[in-house]
Amino acid sequence: MTKLQTESREKFQAFLDVAFRLTTKFFAFAVLAMLVGIIVELFIGALPSIKAFGWGFFTSTEWDPVNVKFGAIVQVYGTLATSFIALLIGIPVSFGIALYLTELSPPWLKRPLGVAIELLAGIPSIIYGMWGLFVFAPHLSDDFQPWLIDHIGPIPGIGMLFQGAPMGIGILTAGIILGIMIIPFIASVMRDVFEIVPPTLKESAYAVGCTTWEVVWNVVLPYTKIGVVGGIMLGLGRALGETMAVTFVIGNAQKLSTSLLDPGSSIASTLANEFNEAVGAVYTSALIELGLIMFVITFIVLALSKVLLFQLGKQEGEKT
Amino acid sequence: MSALKNRKMIIAAAIAGMTVANGAFATDITGAGATFPYPIYSKWAEAYKAKTGIGLNYQSIGSGGGIKQINAKTVDFGASDMPLMPDVLEKDGLTQFPAVMGGEVLAVNLPDIKKGEIKLNGKVIADIYLGKITQWDAPEIKALNKGVKLPDMKITVVHRSDGSGTTFIFTNYLSKVSPEWKVKPGVGTSVDFPVGVGGKGNEGVASYVQRIKGSIGYVEYAYALQNNMTYTQLESHDGTYLMPSSETFQAAAAGADWVHAPGFYEILTNEAGKKAWPITGATFILMHTTQEKPENAKEVLKFYSWAYDNGAKMAEELVYVPMPAPVVKLIRDSWKDKIKDTTGKSVWN
Repeated sequence: MTKLQTESREKFQAFLDVAFRLTTKFFAFAVLAMLVGIIVELFIGALPSIKAFGWGFFTSTEWDPVNVKFGAIVQVYGTLATSFIALLIGIPVSFGIALYLTELSPPWLKRPLGVAIELLAGIPSIIYGMWGLFVFAPHLSDDFQPWLIDHIGPIPGIGMLFQGAPMGIGILTAGIILGIMIIPFIASVMRDVFEIVPPTLKESAYAVGCTTWEVVWNVVLPYTKIGVVGGIMLGLGRALGETMAVTFVIGNAQKLSTSLLDPGSSIASTLANEFNEAVGAVYTSALIELGLIMFVITFIVLALSKVLLFQLGKQEGEKT
Repeated sequence: MSALKNRKMIIAAAIAGMTVANGAFATDITGAGATFPYPIYSKWAEAYKAKTGIGLNYQSIGSGGGIKQINAKTVDFGASDMPLMPDVLEKDGLTQFPAVMGGEVLAVNLPDIKKGEIKLNGKVIADIYLGKITQWDAPEIKALNKGVKLPDMKITVVHRSDGSGTTFIFTNYLSKVSPEWKVKPGVGTSVDFPVGVGGKGNEGVASYVQRIKGSIGYVEYAYALQNNMTYTQLESHDGTYLMPSSETFQAAAAGADWVHAPGFYEILTNEAGKKAWPITGATFILMHTTQEKPENAKEVLKFYSWAYDNGAKMAEELVYVPMPAPVVKLIRDSWKDKIKDTTGKSVWN
C-alpha cells in the first residue's frame, strides 16, 4: 500500500462526494424548476382569457362556450364546497380510527385494521366514482335526501342548503364520496404520528389520573400537531384535485345553487369534461386559467397550514 | 473503378426499392378525433386489415382534438362530428366529407310508460330544456299525448357535460325549432344549459336517465338500444310522428340537399320529409387539400372508399346509418376535385 495509491483513492472519494452532492442538488432543484415551469406555462396559456375577462373571471358565474363568456365562481365554489364537506366528514372519522388503533384496540387487531386502511388508500378513484353513482347515489336519493329535505329544508338559514329535488347526485354527494376517499390518507398519517408519541409522556399522564380522552387531547394531539395538520393537508390536497370520482357524482351543471343537493361542478371536473372538445383560443385558455386558479388555491391552502402551525408554535412559547 | 461505381448504384437502388416496398406495404393510416364513430371505424379497420394488410390507427380523442391534430398534421385525417364551416375549411386548407350517420333519441325515465308511448315535438323539447316546462303533466305535453296517463312528476333534464358532437346536433335541432333557444344558449359542442344535470359521455347521460325518476336525456340511438331505454316518438319537420329506426334516419339523409352544400356542410336536423327523423347527424372526416404525403392520403381515401362499398352491413349492425349511394358518388367527386399532392395532381383517380 503506497502513499500514492491512498492519495488517488482519496481524490476519487472526494470527487465522488462532489458528484453526489451535485446530483442530489440537481434533483432537488429540478423539482423547483418544474414548479416554476408549470406556473409559467399555465400563466402563458391563461393569458388570452386573462386579457379577455380580467378580474371579471372571478366574479362571473357564467360559463357559456357558445358566446365565449366565462367566469370561475361556479367551479371555485364547487371545488371548495366539496372539499369542505369532505374534511367535515374525513377529519373526525380519521381521528376516531387513529385513536382506536393506537390507544384502544387490542394488539392483535391493530395490524389487520391498519393494513385495511392502507388498502383503501390504494383503490383507484374511478372505482369510488362508479360506486358513488351506481350504489351510493340511489340510496341517497331514496332514503337520506328526502329526509333532509323534509326535516332540515324548512329550517330558516341552514335549510336553504338542503332544498330541491332528491336526485342523489350533486355537491353533497361529491363531498361525501371525497370524505370517504380521504379518510385512509388522514387516518394512516394520524395513526403513524400518534404512535411516535413517547410512551413515558402518556404513561405519566395516565399516572396522574388522566382518562384516555384527556391523554389524547392534552398529550398526544399537542405532541403530534404538525403531523396531524400535515395529514389533513394531504387529504385536503387530494380532495381539491380529485377528478374522476367527482365528475361521476357532482352532476356537472355549470350553475351556482345555494342547495347542496343541486348539481354543480368543480375545477377538476370541468377540466376533465371540457378540455378535449374545447374549440377556440379563449375557451381553451379559460380552462387553463381554471387550472391556474386551482394551483393558486392549493398554494394558499399550504401557506395557511404553515401559518396555522406557526401560530400554534407561538402560543406554546408564550405559555412557558 | 466503374465496377465499384456500378455496385454502389445497385446497392443504392436496392435500398431505395426496399423503402418504396416498405411504404407500399407497411404504412398504417393514422387518424384522430370523434368518439361517436369510433366503434364502426375500428370494425371497418379490422375487416380492411384482414383484406389488405393495411391497418388503421384511430385515436378517439374527441372532435375538438381531431380538428387540432389535423391542423398540426400529426395524423393523416381528423374526424369531427361537427362539420367545419366552408370558410374555416378554406382558411385551414382542409376539405371534409361525411363518413357515416347516426340518430339521436330522447330517452325518458317514467313509471308505466312504454317505448314510444309519449310523443314530443321540437317546441316542447326546447321548452323543457329551457326550463320553461317543468312538470310531466304540463298542459303542453298533455296536448300531444291524449289518452296517455302522464305522472305528476318534476322533469329532470339530463345533458352532456363534456363537449360533444352529440350536443352539437341536438342543440342545432333545438335552435331550428325554437327561436328562443337560437338566441341563448345557442348551438355548440358544449353550451350553457339553463337547467339540468350533466353526464359524461353517452353512457353518463344514459346512466343518469336510468337512475333519476322523471328524467329526460338525449342519447345516440345505439346507446338507447343497448341499455334498453324508453324513448319517445318525435314530430318530423312535416308534422308526422315517427319512431327512430335506420329507415327514418336514412330518410333524413336522403332529403338533404348535399349537391348545394359547399364542403358537405349539411346538418341533418329537422330535414323535410314525412319519414325523416328530426335529430339525425353525420360524422365527418377532415383532410388537407394539399397533401405532403400523397401516398398516405390515398390509403385513407381507399379505406373510406372500401367502407362505403363494403361497410354498410357492419354499420347497420352497430346501428349506424351508411351514406346513401348518390351521396357517396358526390363524395368521390369531391376527392378528385379537392385533394391534391404538392404538384397539384389529384391524389384520387
